Amino acid sequence: MSNSSQSLSPGPVVDAAPPVCRPDVLAAGKIATFPLDRPLLTDGGGSIAPLTIGYETFGALNADRSNAILLCHALTGDQYAAGVNPVTGKPGWWEAMVGPGKPFDTDRYFLICSNVIGGCMGSTGPASVNPSTGRPYGLDFPVVTIRDMVRAQAMLVDHLGIDTLFCVAGGSMGGMQVLQWAASYPDRVFAAMPIATAAKHSAQNIAFHEVGRQAVMADPDWRGGRYLEQGVRPEKGLAVARMSAHITYLSEAALQRKFGRKLQDRSAPTFSFDADFQVENYLRYQGLAFVERFDANSYLFVTRACDYFDLGADYGGSLARAFKDTKTRFCVVAFDSDWLYPTSDSRAIVHALNAGGASVSFVEIDSDKGHDAFLLHEPMFIATTRGFLESAAAARGLKEARA
Amino acid sequence: MSLVSAKPRRDLALIADLVEPGSRVLDVGCGDGALLQLLAEQKNVDGRGVELSQRGVNECVAKGLSVIQGDADADLVDYPDDGFDYVILSQTLQATRQPQAVLRNMLRIGRRAIVSFPNFGHWRVRAQLAFLGRMPVTGNLSYSWHDTPNIHLCTIRDFVELVGALDAYIVRGAALDRNGAPIRVNAPWWVWNLMGEQAVFLLERSAAGP
Repeated sequence: MSNSSQSLSPGPVVDAAPPVCRPDVLAAGKIATFPLDRPLLTDGGGSIAPLTIGYETFGALNADRSNAILLCHALTGDQYAAGVNPVTGKPGWWEAMVGPGKPFDTDRYFLICSNVIGGCMGSTGPASVNPSTGRPYGLDFPVVTIRDMVRAQAMLVDHLGIDTLFCVAGGSMGGMQVLQWAASYPDRVFAAMPIATAAKHSAQNIAFHEVGRQAVMADPDWRGGRYLEQGVRPEKGLAVARMSAHITYLSEAALQRKFGRKLQDRSAPTFSFDADFQVENYLRYQGLAFVERFDANSYLFVTRACDYFDLGADYGGSLARAFKDTKTRFCVVAFDSDWLYPTSDSRAIVHALNAGGASVSFVEIDSDKGHDAFLLHEPMFIATTRGFLESAAAARGLKEARA
Repeated sequence: MSLVSAKPRRDLALIADLVEPGSRVLDVGCGDGALLQLLAEQKNVDGRGVELSQRGVNECVAKGLSVIQGDADADLVDYPDDGFDYVILSQTLQATRQPQAVLRNMLRIGRRAIVSFPNFGHWRVRAQLAFLGRMPVTGNLSYSWHDTPNIHLCTIRDFVELVGALDAYIVRGAALDRNGAPIRVNAPWWVWNLMGEQAVFLLERSAAGP
């Protein structure tokens, strides 16, 4: 969930942030636009039109259009799963997994990754212009759900002329989308990989999100969500939201190993509220780096979408019913040090799939890197993913990678 | 539960013979998936596995098998009634914490259960304890007493008695010699219990059900 956590190294504290959600940069990427007469009707009774979806593709679609994989990004991710992210200049968020010869092999598969609706990287969200007012939506943007995000993705997949996806994969909020895809469009998903995720958001998860939202809304520069029109941004509030969330993506062991009680560029405490400790400096850096690339209102909307996610509730309280008679092959992955989406959440998914007789594999990966482990170079996770995809590809009759 | 699967399992072919083609099979403690693969290839079985070790699960997933990381004691309770035709527990019963509960769950999840285990009644085992006065270590039971995962060893006779308490009956049973070949003698239980190094049983739920 944090692109920049991979080194866990404290970085310099950055002062001024350039404008967020660079429209000039994003315009150079792929955009699908759905006109006013094709609105996205949301679970909350709203309607989004026109709708734009920022997306990126990697690899080539084969002749019979059978090798497409949809990668679903996490809370604050984007469509740049691989390659260089043009906004941050950093590698894509899943570079450990996506590329030539990697499990999501761009020499073999056609990978699609789109920015979720409500986001701020080219897809319609609260920073987009509301056609009925001519101003940014702000809080007038409809509160969207994971299912709404998946509806938009399905529109994109249709737009790309793809009927059945070979695989839908993603971690965290991306994993929720995977589950929703499998439930909403079972015939369009040959294989599914929900990773480090849950079929419903726990009270603890909602609580952390609420802390983040309150931090944003408590910033005087939030201006009731109308900050864009007033030329300000609630950077401090959003940074605090990110700092608290970032802790939940790590594990105590990883924090202790990397930082312990080490001091930042000093030999003794300063008896002040400076960032004496390396861990403080690291979190401040994470917060400031985040506000450079993310829109505060988008943060409110995407966290809300997660909170509302309860797939079983949509099926009469039975998660098993969500996957009844599914032909999709599942590979569920959890990480043992992930306390945000603990293994028990994944086991609940596996339990429901088993109850319906689905083809499901489940692995709990040993890692001390916490929730973010799914973004990192974890050899056992990579091996599992590779094995699952290769066996699914054989069952699907996909050819080996191009030589 | 791959604890005892490091050595080659000599009973796999015999177990495969007990499974009707085209059936649904849950292999508990499936190790690297050798039996599931055998069943898929030879019997066109729709198989699922449960395996404790991450390495075993990964090997299975890489082979295209549907395997869940878990163990017999903790995870069988999550499976619905009658989800499978056969539930197989191969060389794992003796390493479970609650063998009777595991067997009950197996016969709840599947109408039939196949269980293989090392026979603690074999004459060599008895002889080591009787004449050397030491805990037996044999080819099938290769661990020292202090580091063995096998916490609930039983004899063929013990097992038959346990089945009697389960509302199940024995459809077929076979004792295997040290090479894994069935002992083809028409003999009473006590002979099997003395001569068999391992045993394989096919159980079926009694009509009334467990």
